[in-house]
Amino acid sequence: MKLKNKWPKYYKKDVVTHYCPGCGHGIVHRLVAELMEELDVGKRAICVNPAGCAVLAYKYFDIDMLESAHGRGTAMATGIKRARPDLFVFTYQGDGDLSAIGTAETIHSANRGEHISVIFINNAVYGMTGGQMAPTTLLGMKTTTTPSGRNPGYDGYPLHITDVVATFPGVIYAERVAVDGPAGIQKTKRAIRNAFQTQIDGLGYSIVEVLSACPTNWKMTPAQSFKWITEVMTTEFPLGVLADRRKKG
Amino acid sequence: MADMTEKATKKGRVVVKIEMCKGCNLCIEYCKRKVLRSSEELNSMGYHPAEPDEQMQCNACMLCALVCPELAIEVYDE
Amino acid sequence: MNKVFMSGNHAFAEAAIRAGCKCYFGYPITPQNELGEYMAEHLPAAGGVFVQSESETAAINMLIGASATGARAMTSSSSPGISLKQEGISFLAGFELPGVIINVMRGGPGLGNIAPAQGDYFQATRGGGHGDYRTPVFAPATVQEIVDLTHNAFDVADNYRTPVMILGDGMMGQMKEPVVLPEKVKAQKEKEWALKGRGNGPSRYMASLILDTLEMEKHNWKLVRKYKEIEKNETRYEEYCMDDAEIAAVAYGTTARIAKGAIKRLRKDGIRAGLIRPITLWPFPTAIIRETAKRVKKMVVFEMSTGQMVEDVNLAVLGEIPVQFHGRPGGVVPTPVEFSRIIYREYEMIKKKSS
Repeated sequence: MKLKNKWPKYYKKDVVTHYCPGCGHGIVHRLVAELMEELDVGKRAICVNPAGCAVLAYKYFDIDMLESAHGRGTAMATGIKRARPDLFVFTYQGDGDLSAIGTAETIHSANRGEHISVIFINNAVYGMTGGQMAPTTLLGMKTTTTPSGRNPGYDGYPLHITDVVATFPGVIYAERVAVDGPAGIQKTKRAIRNAFQTQIDGLGYSIVEVLSACPTNWKMTPAQSFKWITEVMTTEFPLGVLADRRKKG
Repeated sequence: MADMTEKATKKGRVVVKIEMCKGCNLCIEYCKRKVLRSSEELNSMGYHPAEPDEQMQCNACMLCALVCPELAIEVYDE
Repeated sequence: MNKVFMSGNHAFAEAAIRAGCKCYFGYPITPQNELGEYMAEHLPAAGGVFVQSESETAAINMLIGASATGARAMTSSSSPGISLKQEGISFLAGFELPGVIINVMRGGPGLGNIAPAQGDYFQATRGGGHGDYRTPVFAPATVQEIVDLTHNAFDVADNYRTPVMILGDGMMGQMKEPVVLPEKVKAQKEKEWALKGRGNGPSRYMASLILDTLEMEKHNWKLVRKYKEIEKNETRYEEYCMDDAEIAAVAYGTTARIAKGAIKRLRKDGIRAGLIRPITLWPFPTAIIRETAKRVKKMVVFEMSTGQMVEDVNLAVLGEIPVQFHGRPGGVVPTPVEFSRIIYREYEMIKKKSS
């Protein structure tokens, strides 16, 4: 019998993650590590990881990492890429990190068309801090800071930051995908591959928003969380390519 | 990930790394041949890890490994 | 020795370029706009990178990213903008990453105004960000010193792997003086700690999060050892007319120049006044002030603020002699005549007491 899925080269061997059972981070981490190998950029990659659940991502990715202050990841990535354009630079951020405190950094790094890739994990809550409302919390969704459900009159509306930056000419590739089952995971990997390839080809800025499960704070089982993404979350955050300015041929 | 097409007749086997599994049961949910089930045992983290059911026949389709957030599943084929 | 007539803001920038600064990140704010403009025009031509960021917060975080790759990096702003950088400066300290931060101070608090002031002394020397850290703080008084201290700041930052701040002010930034510019730094020391992509070797990471409290404590004490080293090696000050002084002024930056003007006047009238001018605000020149307190009868501290450095002077003097404070906050620039009257009045009081 031959092992079909060998351990990804750029993923630290047999490290048990701190993520909750069924958390989408673990899956996206694996996809990123696989792509580092398949696209052969692991040697020159620097990932900027956020403050949030993925703050410990450097315990798992076996590439050089720089941990950012909450929300500042795309600014740090700008500094890295501008200082060393030869490096492969990507941020890995949560919805609070990227679209709450880091909104300005997110919008302006995209608008400058920085040659970085952004992986945006949207699980509609602040995970690490215990399930508070995030900018992407759905209407009516209960969180620890919207105990009776998100009320637009009081808490505003789910923020579609990726759609916003997708309108910028400097954004070469933007897609929203979902880790909500095998097919979704395959599409997520393809989307991140396209984003990474955009940077490799020197075309400019790319971003992939990944709808991702947070069973603990959603108070669902992992399987229910996947279904909830498919059936509910995608109604608010429809999947698809939001911008593709890659020159063909 | 491996090619998903040639899965019908192939024989396969899965190994679950007991101390890495957090009992999220996603592999159990998505395994088309019900090869995986929740173990009676607890691992050191206090989770019921998934385990292969020897009666069921795995065809190495890799769905379990695809959905596993912990890289806790090894899939073998001929 | 060719001299160039240059403004303080331009001097900060040119000195940085000549010190091998590779990346500059800044945001417009009066009274230091010309610094960023100079960088926009000259840094790319010198093979460097200029980015105008969307905020001072973004700028300091871009600096962190560039610095993490080993590039010499600088950012500049003025008081309110420096407040926005404090989180980043604390992170630089925690990461043990070098970086040069220029603060061309202006009136405050709040939006304040664009006139020169020294109200950011506490913020700079006590650490405006969170956590236990110190930051070397240089205080130039002339445009030539801006050149020399900026050039040196990059070495101190790299040698000790620490952010270094330079406190100028709006007047100094706009004022032009002839300066001699240093040669451009050729090569720089290789920074093996920098992130370059793992290559074939093991991956590395930089993080300031240390969840294990004992590890965090160890890190804190490690930083303290570094700060002790900086205190030992990098403390600088100037003594002016202090040999036979009976009364000593203590002032830095623009205020020190005004005090020198006052002392020149007083010396003509036979008043034995002198000046101690801290050049490093942190590490503060406590030793010389403590020694001086044994041989002068009184000190007068002048600041363009409501009194901040005066606390460090008092800590050094510890009540040995009286320490008088005279400050003009809000962007008001005092005059040498004004200072000379203050010193003369204090001098008369000690004369009366001792006779």
